[in-house]
Amino acid sequence: MHGGEIVSDLGQHVTLTVEAVLIGLAVSAPAAIAVRSRPRLAAALLGFSGLLYTIPSLALFSLLGPLTGYTTRTTTEIALVSYTLLILIRNFLVGLDGLSPDVIDAANGMGFSSLRRLVRVEIPLALPAIVAGVRIATVTTIGLVTIAALFGQGGLGILILTGLQQNFHTPVLVGAILSVALAVVADGVLLLAGRLLTPWSRTRVVAR
Amino acid sequence: MIITEVIHWFGDGAHWEGQDGVPTRFAQHLVISGEAMLIASAIALPVAIILGHLGRGGFLAVNVSNIGRAVPSFAILVLAAQVPSIGVGDTAAEVALIALALPPIVTNAYVGMTSVDPEVKEAALAMGMSGRQVLRRVELPLALPLILAGLRTSAVQVIATATLAAEVAAGGLGRYIVDGIAESDYAQVWAGALLVGGLALAVDGLFAVGQRRAARASGRRPLRPGQVIEEPAELVTEAAGQGTSGAAGQGTSGAAGQGTSEAAGHERAERTG
Repeated sequence: MHGGEIVSDLGQHVTLTVEAVLIGLAVSAPAAIAVRSRPRLAAALLGFSGLLYTIPSLALFSLLGPLTGYTTRTTTEIALVSYTLLILIRNFLVGLDGLSPDVIDAANGMGFSSLRRLVRVEIPLALPAIVAGVRIATVTTIGLVTIAALFGQGGLGILILTGLQQNFHTPVLVGAILSVALAVVADGVLLLAGRLLTPWSRTRVVAR
Repeated sequence: MIITEVIHWFGDGAHWEGQDGVPTRFAQHLVISGEAMLIASAIALPVAIILGHLGRGGFLAVNVSNIGRAVPSFAILVLAAQVPSIGVGDTAAEVALIALALPPIVTNAYVGMTSVDPEVKEAALAMGMSGRQVLRRVELPLALPLILAGLRTSAVQVIATATLAAEVAAGGLGRYIVDGIAESDYAQVWAGALLVGGLALAVDGLFAVGQRRAARASGRRPLRPGQVIEEPAELVTEAAGQGTSGAAGQGTSGAAGQGTSEAAGHERAERTG
């Protein structure tokens, strides 16, 4: 009956989430790489992203309103991206810091430049931690996107909002269940992708 | 400019009095959040601590939090308000907040209890402590930093979701945001957002301090295995230092430091509100 609407809400939910996580990655990766060997800067960056993470979403959406518009896609994405930063940067740093010095020495000994070492050795070896971060960021974002409906964006939050306005619990339940299902599916897909990307690591990656 | 409007808003005496005044809304926010945290802790802490002490139910304790992360808090709020016997208002908010606060408390307390070094527990038993004494005097102090990490995550999330509770007609600081948006009164929206943001950061900071103290204390209190009581003072201090970097001290660095340990992962892994 409402199948079409639900599918389009689900599609918007996926789009908003994917955009936020991809932009989050594009910001976090260079930031983490830039601060990795500067502990003070790294601490400051983690502190700042922790601060962003602590601000309640409704407040963050509202604070951005006068700057980028209350009901714009930009505002929504800025808020969603803000919440991915702490998780992504932290896991990048954990992954890159956790490498064995022997591996770095070996790469240096083979004459790798620092860029080549980063791309060919360090990032691949840090992938389990990075993928774990992407999983948490994705699941978290899927939950948060429901609030974007309050600010004129689509997504499964529309169903929850409709249910609230009509005092009818079916759409709320459908929205909630689909949101959880989407999170579970996304988490599973990313877990599998992570395993395919790192065939050498047999140990199971635990989400942090 | 929005900034000057907000300064005007805060400067207006009418916004500091009565049912819709800042003190009232602030108090409502604290009461709703505080009550939810108290009830959630009273339910979650004993269960998690006992399960952790016995080393049972780990699968449940960890997965409850993974699923909890994916459940949208907005939906829980609306569903609570739609239960006929609850209806819209503060009670609905309270029920939803309790449900949302439980998973991080359970998971962190459980992980905190099970991550206590088994050798330390054996040493305590060998010293003649009863199981209950081990729980109270060894495991709980060592698990405290992680228990606090869980409470911290929940508290911040509860404050965030209590803001959202204004959507189901509850009181609290969220009223300014929700009503402000409805009335296109953006100075009010910003004022509410600043108050809520400040509250969340303040509570987070308080827990961070408590966590650091607990970590420092727990590193000192229990004697490490092999350590003899007659040891010179400087050796005891050294051993205490090692304790802090071990399982007990995982939460020490928090978000400000290199907060990259396992504990930090649990500490900030939740954000649905």
